[in-house]
Formats: sequence, C-alpha cells, structure tokens
Amino acid sequence: MKTIRKSLTELHTLLVNKEISSVELTGEYLDHISEFEPRIRAFITVTAEKALARAKKIDQKIAQGESIGPLAGIPMALKDNLCTEEVATTCASQMLRGFIPPYNATVAARLEAAGAVLVGKLNMDEFAMGSTTESSAIFLTANPWDLSRVPGGSSGGSAASVAAGEVPYSLGSDTGGSIRQPAAFCGVVGLKPTYGAVSRYGLVAFASSLDQVGPLTRTVRDNALVLNAIAGYDVLDSTSVPFNKPDYTHFLENNVKGLKIGVPKEFFEHGLKPEVAEVIQRAIKTYEQLGAEIEECSLPHMEYVLPAYHVISTAECSSNLARYDGVSYGYRAEAEEMIDMCETTRAKAFGPEVKRRMLFGTYALSSGNYEAYYVKAQKVRTLIKQDFAQALAKYHVLLSPTTPTVAYKIGEISEPVACYMGDVYTIPVNLAGLPAISIPAGFVDNMPVGLQLIGNYFAEGLLYRAAYAFEQNTGYYQEIPALLREAE
Amino acid sequence: MSYQDKYEMVCGVETHVELATKTKIFCGCTTEFGGEQNTHVCPVCLGLPGTLPVLNREAVNLAIKAGLALNCEIAEFTKFDRKNYFYPDLSKNYQTSQYDLPICKNGRLEIVVNGESKTIGITRAHMEEDAGKLVHSGESITTSDSSYVDYNRAGVPLLEIVSEPDMRTVDEVIAYLQELVQILDYAGVSDCKMEQGSVRFDVNVSLRPLGSRELGTRTEIKNLNSFTAVRRCLEYETERQAEVLNEGEKVIQETRTWDESQGVTLSLRTKEEAHDYRYFPEADLVPLKIDREWVERIRATLPELPAAKRERLKTLGLSVYEAGVLTSSKAMADYFDQVMQKYADAKIVANWIMGDLSALLKANNRSFEDCPVKPYQLADMLKLLKKGEISGKIAKTVLEEIYTSGKDPAVIVKEKGLVQISDQDALEKIITEVLVQNPKSVADYKGGKEKAFGFLVGQVMKATKGKANPELVNKILKEKL
Repeated sequence: MKTIRKSLTELHTLLVNKEISSVELTGEYLDHISEFEPRIRAFITVTAEKALARAKKIDQKIAQGESIGPLAGIPMALKDNLCTEEVATTCASQMLRGFIPPYNATVAARLEAAGAVLVGKLNMDEFAMGSTTESSAIFLTANPWDLSRVPGGSSGGSAASVAAGEVPYSLGSDTGGSIRQPAAFCGVVGLKPTYGAVSRYGLVAFASSLDQVGPLTRTVRDNALVLNAIAGYDVLDSTSVPFNKPDYTHFLENNVKGLKIGVPKEFFEHGLKPEVAEVIQRAIKTYEQLGAEIEECSLPHMEYVLPAYHVISTAECSSNLARYDGVSYGYRAEAEEMIDMCETTRAKAFGPEVKRRMLFGTYALSSGNYEAYYVKAQKVRTLIKQDFAQALAKYHVLLSPTTPTVAYKIGEISEPVACYMGDVYTIPVNLAGLPAISIPAGFVDNMPVGLQLIGNYFAEGLLYRAAYAFEQNTGYYQEIPALLREAE
Repeated sequence: MSYQDKYEMVCGVETHVELATKTKIFCGCTTEFGGEQNTHVCPVCLGLPGTLPVLNREAVNLAIKAGLALNCEIAEFTKFDRKNYFYPDLSKNYQTSQYDLPICKNGRLEIVVNGESKTIGITRAHMEEDAGKLVHSGESITTSDSSYVDYNRAGVPLLEIVSEPDMRTVDEVIAYLQELVQILDYAGVSDCKMEQGSVRFDVNVSLRPLGSRELGTRTEIKNLNSFTAVRRCLEYETERQAEVLNEGEKVIQETRTWDESQGVTLSLRTKEEAHDYRYFPEADLVPLKIDREWVERIRATLPELPAAKRERLKTLGLSVYEAGVLTSSKAMADYFDQVMQKYADAKIVANWIMGDLSALLKANNRSFEDCPVKPYQLADMLKLLKKGEISGKIAKTVLEEIYTSGKDPAVIVKEKGLVQISDQDALEKIITEVLVQNPKSVADYKGGKEKAFGFLVGQVMKATKGKANPELVNKILKEKL
C-alpha cells in the first residue's frame, strides 16, 4: 500500500478502518527513510526499534477497540534541538554529541500522549544558527527538489524530510525564520506560532525571546492537526500563555471573501528576485479572485530589522550557550586546569557560525556597548511591534514572500551577512512575536517559492483559513519532487 | 597606633541570606541542607539543555516579607536578569539574579552602639539563585588533581541585602549584622544558620582621613560566614589600608578574600580583572507585578520584630540588657513569651532563662529551638518555688532533672522527695539537734561571731538535704539562740 505522501486524515482513516496497522505504516516509512536517506540526509538519528515498539502499542489500542486521536500511530520526526527522553539530542553540534536527555520536551511529550510515533531526529544548522543547514557539524542535508541545493535552515532536516515523504510531518523551531524559510525552500507548509502559544520547555535555546516550536507538513489541514496537539499553556514554560486554544481545523473553510489582506511594500525590497516577486504577484491575484480585499501597506521600520535581530538574538545566544563547558555533559576536552578545560572544550566543539554569534552577542552585552547595542535594539523591537500593530489593526493578515530567493546551491552563500539577508522577511515576525505561515505558492526554475502570511497574536486560525483557501484553489501541494516521482 | 587615630572607616555590607523555602527558586528540588552529593537535583537546576526556570512564589513571598521587615519599598514591577560569568559550580554559567529593578529598595534599620542609636540604610534587596559547590580532591583548588561539583545547593533561593556605606566602626558593622540577622530570623525569612552557610557577608571597606567628606578607595572582601570573621577581617583590613596610606601609597580597588587560618586578607582580583557580568533581562521568566494586596497579605503575616519586642520587654520592667539578651534569638524570645503566659513575673522568668537554663543549654551545645525543658515546665517549677514547696536551691536541681528526664517538675519533686520542709515543729526538732551537736558555734555566735550563724544554717540544710525552708530556718534559729 502506498502511504507515502498521504495526508494525516487519510492515514488516520486507514488505521481506524484497520486497512493498515501502525506497525506496517511505520515500517513503510522506515523503508522509505532507508531508501532516501543516502541522498537526502535529513536524519541525524533514526529510532526504528523504538518506533516499531511504539507502533505496536497503538495497534494494541486499536485492536482493543479504543478510539485513537488523529495523530495516533502515525510516524513523525523532530528537529534535533527538541529534547527526547533516552534519544540522543545533538543540536547538530559536536558539543552535544552523545547527549541523551533524561526528559522530553513538552512538545515531544504532547505528541507522545497523542500517540504519535517518533521515527527520528532531524538535521539542522548547529544550535539552529544558520539558514542552510550547512552549519550542521554532522552532515549536509540536500533539498529533495534539487539535491545540489540546500533545504534552507535552520530546520532544514524538518523541511527536507517532509518534502521527501520520509515523514508525514515534523516539528521545527523558528527564531528568525527557521521553520518558514526551509518550508518555502522545500515546498511544504511551515507555521511559526505566536510566541507563547507552544511551550519551549525542552527546546534547546538559541534566543529565548524569539524561539518558537512549530509544525512542518505537506498540507494546511495537517498543519492545523499538529498544532492542535502541541499548542497550549505549559506550566514548565513561564513565557507560555494561558489562552483558549481552539480546534484549528474548524478554521479550514475555503472562503476568503471580505478578508482584508495588507501587502507591506517593504517586503518587496531588499534583494527580492523578480521571478519570486512574480510568483507572489500571481498569489495576490489569486486572493483577489477569491474575493479578498488586497491593499498595499507600509511597515516603516523594516530597514532596522536585521541589525536589531542580530543584536538581540546573539546577545541571548551568548548567554544561553554559555552552559556548554564540558563540566557535566556533552563534549569535554582534556586539559590540566579547570578553566583551560572549559576554554578548550568550547574552542574545539563549537562551529564557526556559533562562535561568531556568541562573540557578537558578548560584545553587544559588554559594559560600554550595552546601551548602544542591546538597549537600542530593544527600542527598535518596540517600533517594529508598533508597525505591525498598526497594520494588523487595519488588515486581517499581511502577505509577503517568505524569502527573497529560492533555495541556494550548496556552498553558494559563503558570506555570513549575505546569508542573514535572506531572512529579512521572516525575522520581523519573530521580533514582534506574531504567528506566520509559509505555504507553497508556485515555482521558479522547478524550485518551490513560499508565500508568507502574518497574523495577529493567537490568530493562527485565521492564517490557516487564508492559507487553506489558497492551497485548495492552487494545488501546489500536490506537486512532487522529481526524486519521488521516479521512486513511484 | 590604631588606624582610628588618623582615619575614619567607611563600610557597607552585602548580605546573602538563604530564603526558608521548602523547594528551590526555579524548580521543585528540596532546599534541605546536606544530603548525598548531587541528590537534590533535577534537569532544571543542573541547567541541562532546553530546561526553563519557573519562579517559586514562596521565595517571592519571603523576599517581600524581608523587605517589609527592613522598612523597604516593595517594587510594583520587578524582573530577573542574567549575571554572566564562567565558573564550574554555576550550571548555566550565568546566575539568574536581579539587576536594575530589585524587589526591595530604600529600607533601613536601627542599631544601638554604646547606648547611641543610629540608622543604617538598606540600598536594596534582590532575589537570586545560589550556585553549587566545588569539592576538591586535595586541600585546596591549587593543590588538587581534580575537582568535583555538588549541585545540591544550586538554585537555593537567596536574598542579597545591600546596605548603604553608613557604618563607621567595626562595632557598628557587627551591630548592623546582628540586628539584620535577628530581624530575618524573627520574620521567618531564613533559618539564619550561619554554620550551614545560610548567611554570608561581603564587606566593602575604605578609609578616609578624619574630617574628610570624600570617600577613599574601597576593597571588597567576599564570603565571610560569621560575625567573628567579619570583625577579625575588618580589624585586619583597616590596619592594612592604614599602613598603605601612611606610606603614601594608594589603596588598590580590588576584591579580596579572608584567609581564616592566617588571619589576613589576600588579593583575589583587581578592578581591571573584575568580571564584566554583562547583565541583561532574563527572557525565560516574565516580569513580576506585585500588587498592593499581595504586599498587605504578606504584611499581615509579619510577627513582632526584635525592636518592638525589646520595647515591650522593657515595659515589663526588664532592663535594656535583659531585653537585649532575651531577644537575641527568636527562639529565646518566643520561649520567654511562652513561659510568661503561665507565670507572669518577667524579672524571675528572665533570670531563670538567662541564667540556669541558658547555662544548661550551652553546656550541652543546644539552643532554645530544641530546648528539652518545655516552657510550661519552667513555669510550673517557678510556681512550686513561689508557693514555697521547693527552695531556690532545690529548684536548680529540679530544672536539671527536667532537662535530662523530661519529666514534669511536680512529678520530679514527688519522686525524689524534694518537697521543702516548711513544717515548724519538724524544723524545730532538727534545729534543736543541730544546736546540741554544735555547742562551739553556738558559743561563738553568742560571743558576737556572726559567721557562726551561717555555719549553723548550713548544718540544718545538710541535715535536711537542702529541703528546709531557708526563711523559716533563719527565723527559728534566731529565736532559739
């Protein structure tokens, strides 16, 4: 039975109707992973045995006539910065090679409670710092649409695995676009929820005030189903918000009549490739044809987004990553003296991008620089929030390209700053703490282009509605990478 | 020559107090002292990747309580910040603390030195987490092959109380520390067990020429854990600084450490080597809003504080000295109040508590916190004494007996036959016998030797094993002679 690239709803129906068992389903996905991994390399760890044992338990439930939830018995994978009990969690860094957490991230625990079957942990940029997954200390991950291209990052493994059909869905994390950008590059749906909507407990921190966990899926409905399972207040995360969590699938109506969509003109600057712009213009036309009201708008402080983001995120990362010193877990370099050991450990086990950001952040927080950098960046952040507040008072959602370009060639971007520039449309959303989704919007040279929709706080439902209507009326999600077509 | 001939000392103190919560400040681990190494730990206080802090409400309650007891303003809006520095006992290599918006500020307390009272300002008090502890395989860090970390203490809630540089003599510093610790003890904010490191002091001290208004260059001496250590350290450091100044040199602004065994302070790091802590807001915790109802709820739980208690004891007829001693610990003061509820003669109760009972506890290395003599037992004993059923001398024996056996005084008196002989006829009989047996003393007394009277009283007491009512003995003896 061909289960690869079926939707979560279809897979659930197969399981409930006993047309396939969870063990069989899991087996098919594990086979698919074995077949594709040599080319994709999305997985740092594959947990075949544990997955089959788990699937067996779900099958027992089904056999006993227990009703199962929409994710039960269905395989999935997690970005390798989400802690998983008794399963290695590396953050794609030498620093955490061999680190096996004694606890589950809240999202991992919630998926486990929903009966999800973890089949592995996914590659990423080291400690989520990067936009190509090239800073992974483990290996490179390829873009399933073109193996010579990057999958994006930092959740590159999360996006590539879904695009390659290795898992029906995955979780990633998004600090400045790390879910949406790889989703765009790999032609899948990626949601960065409102800051505080999903627990960060057990997500290895990059920048605490920006990080958020979210789902990567093939379809909008699948995305809503996964968000249903992971969102909601968590007592273990003081920054998670107690809010009334709706059933997100209730928003999936194919109707955007009267929906007011703002198109910030600043999101069409900063190196946007004309071919990508064309795809987005076509998307805007589609929305118009579907009855949405489109208007150009402005977010005047966008030019300060990158510097503000890099000061805040690196400042937080310099402190968050201080704990990796070789003392009680992870990599340790041998040295005569205590301080030497700590210094050598950090010198040897962190990659260049992580070091660069920690240095930058340390500098920005140092006395004499703090006011000029950190405090200033926080002020910019307030202005950016205000820009969005004004725009979202007028429009239901804002529409933009997710990225200025399609996926880069592996090794194409060697300059860090050039790489940072690619996140210019996604970063402001993290600074404001808003939710945003990237959905497939078309192709340029057979490479997927992502459309970003930004909503108000906790308005994920509305984003799903807007995304669903577009998806149902365009059908880009049905496109399949050549690699997969050949396999079929 | 003492430094005081030429200089005036200026001193301020940072006091770190462990808050008396059951669990740590950001996780559910116990704060209990001791325990096998690394057994009071969890992923959060070990700082494992991905873990997040959750603020312990009770720590905030206690911080507010301490602030109120120290006459501080309680912030309506407060937040946590990260203090970044690398040290292996710090599991995250940053300490979650409070920087620019501490929970308490602008407080004060009163001290009395040589009968003069003085106000010492409290600049601020802020919450933070304690670090773990390094255990070295050898004698010290420099002579050890390896070091181990015990994280049991990591994450224990601390309150750092920063005083103004208001103290001018070592006596003032000690008076401030004693009053501060007493207040915290009374308020129930901390168990104040100095020997377990529940209270630690960092002192900042400088000298300036007598009459000068400008502040001299200060040094900070870190991690002193007793009043004695503070006194010795300040006595040393003031003389050291005076010598430097006398030689025309400048005091170097630096952090120093107190070497208890050598009795000297040693340089730890200079200003240039000082850490840049790179404080910035802790994004893993949300800012804390403390509304006035919350503060009032805590205020309602504040007990009578030492100063108020001392005043009250004075109105009961006790001297300043007695009031001071009785309130020196909360346990002792509470003990006094409890005895007073059953036997309301302050002077007598004070005498017994400060005298015999304190001596007994001291001899056995115990304190009023776990005093084996229950307050009602002391009160009952004092009642027996007042009624004349036992003599003062017997009372001491009874107290010791209560202390060791835990039995009630009436039971002890009965079992041991310690009832005072106040029977006129019985005493007369005994006294007649004593007089017959000691004709020489009788003659001496009659010959004008007053001393002989005392000897005869002693003989009566001996014959009655101390149980004779002394007043009656005096009376009958005088009559018979």
